[in-house]
Amino acid sequence: MMATDSTTTAKGGLLGWVDARFPLTRLWNEQWGQYYAPKNLNNWYLFGSMSLLVLVIQIVTGIFLTMNYKPSAAEAFGSVEYIMRDVEWGWLIRYMHSTGASAFFVVVYLHMFRAMLYGSYRKPRELLWVFGMLIYLVLMGEAFFGYLLPWGNMSYWGAQVIVSLFAALPVIGPDLAEWIRGDFFISDITLNRFFALHVIALPLVLVFLVVAHLLALHEVGSNNPDGVEIKKTKDANGNPVDGIWSHPYYSVKDLMGFAAFFVLFAAVIFFAPTMGGLFLEKPNFELANPMQTPAHIAPVWYFTPFYAMLRAVPAFFGTQVWGVLVMGAAVIILFFLPWLDRSPVKSIRYRGPIYKIALALFVVWFVILGYCGLKPAVEPFKTLSVIGTIYYFAFFLLMPWYSRIDSYKPEPERVTYHAH
Amino acid sequence: MLTKKIVLLLAVLLPVPAFSAGGDAKLDKADTDIHNQASLQRGARNFVNYCLGCHGAQYMRWNRMAEDLGIPEDVLMSELMITGGSPHDTMRTAMPADLSAGWFGKAPPDLSLIARSRGTDYIYTFLRGYYADPTRPNGVNNTVLAGTAMPHVLAHLQGLRQPRYELREVGGRSEQHLVGFDAGTPGELSEAEYDEFVRDTVNFLDYVGEPVKAKRERMGVWVVLFLLVFWVFAWLLKREYWKDIK
Repeated sequence: MMATDSTTTAKGGLLGWVDARFPLTRLWNEQWGQYYAPKNLNNWYLFGSMSLLVLVIQIVTGIFLTMNYKPSAAEAFGSVEYIMRDVEWGWLIRYMHSTGASAFFVVVYLHMFRAMLYGSYRKPRELLWVFGMLIYLVLMGEAFFGYLLPWGNMSYWGAQVIVSLFAALPVIGPDLAEWIRGDFFISDITLNRFFALHVIALPLVLVFLVVAHLLALHEVGSNNPDGVEIKKTKDANGNPVDGIWSHPYYSVKDLMGFAAFFVLFAAVIFFAPTMGGLFLEKPNFELANPMQTPAHIAPVWYFTPFYAMLRAVPAFFGTQVWGVLVMGAAVIILFFLPWLDRSPVKSIRYRGPIYKIALALFVVWFVILGYCGLKPAVEPFKTLSVIGTIYYFAFFLLMPWYSRIDSYKPEPERVTYHAH
Repeated sequence: MLTKKIVLLLAVLLPVPAFSAGGDAKLDKADTDIHNQASLQRGARNFVNYCLGCHGAQYMRWNRMAEDLGIPEDVLMSELMITGGSPHDTMRTAMPADLSAGWFGKAPPDLSLIARSRGTDYIYTFLRGYYADPTRPNGVNNTVLAGTAMPHVLAHLQGLRQPRYELREVGGRSEQHLVGFDAGTPGELSEAEYDEFVRDTVNFLDYVGEPVKAKRERMGVWVVLFLLVFWVFAWLLKREYWKDIK
């Protein structure tokens, strides 16, 4: 562990030649090789690198899909079936991509929940959290645009519903919706532009944001399950005593996480690629039909908590815009989490009972909202959606108050770690 | 303009069953087995004999089907592709869609993905759900898809059941409710044989919906086993490295 600082050591060979012209070794060491991570990171910390893995899977499989996909209303649906049947391993690439979309949200939701468990968004990591939230926002857009591309009937009506939400905005609404569609209804033109956004625009933004997220992380350093800054206690060389190099320690640990991920990922791809209609919905195996709605329109599972909040708000003053605003606010409010939390401690380990209960109920209600969003807007789902929406906002809006009055245990000076 | 958009919005937000597809009838379990090749072969025969006249499977290639189902090419050409054509063709119906739309009121849908969009239970129950109904243009109705435009092409196999109705008072009006069936005209097959016939056909449609399904499941066992072993080694590697950390 006490290696010499290789950034200053001149090296020969090809690497030396590159290093004299490009900071390759320095970048590697600063960003990973000799980046000091707290030694007490638990398995919750696997979901960050896992998100990166899924991003790579989506980009690589996406590139191969575009080689055979045709972004036109006349050919899109058939080209997906061509990929599923006639392209060598096309079915595997397509299932990896469609399952990858859901996997992305699974790992990102778990990654975000980890931050809420251990207060990873707190000072000095506010910007890190904001970058992460921007990634989440772009990911939602990416998923939405991508969902239209198979040109199935649920693709079509899902896009119809979401674009219509913009039409509910006052004054500019109808023109805005028309501008997004590029037409008076969801059409070939819409499909073409959604394709452009899905394969070029948003992935570029996404990759840029991921780089920013990682740079910000390695600048401020990783939080840990104790929520104690490892930079407070340094050795004679100025390195954190409780920090260990990411490589090889977290390289091998993340590899183990990747392996676990692949076991579950492969199990879904090979045995339940549609996940009983949750990942690939039944009506999407029918061609888009503007004359016939599916029996029940619901977004894919990862949007349903927000969809349930949209439906929970009734129309008044003759407009539906309130539900749209509530849904938007539900996402935007997450950005402000670093400034809403006023607890003297970061980690759930040292927080009092109020926050623990509040967070547990938050998870419960978020899942209930997600379930309600999958169901038709009938009782008891309507009432549950209303209660869930109220709780969701109360959790955030009352946080400045209850996080301050909550009791807490004193944080230890250094992280707690028991050698394996 | 805005009011119109809001109405549209409400229309799509609140699902209106009146013009939606699919019913909520209770479905019987199809209990098909995609790994049963004999059943798939019988299903292919049934499909070609009874379905292909009106319905195509435009995404399904003949020779891919023959290869997956273990049907030699000469048998494919002599027994299944009876109207000729190239084995590389897809399974298209000879019936022109514009004419059939006039004959039936609706062109018979392509069946490539019917098992994926409706599910095998739906087709299994639908094909067994016909009964006599003289009020319908085809003389038959269906328990799963009421008012179906499809005639009972399998009537000579299943026979034609006679419905038993009961009059019930609903909100002061008397309504006719279907409560059961009488034997009616018998078919060539017994009830159990007919169920098997339909099950094979549905199994074939399940195959047509995703030709790689059986291979994918067989392959998946090995992939998951390999990854589990890989995980064990990754875990051991991690444990070895982490012995350093005190």
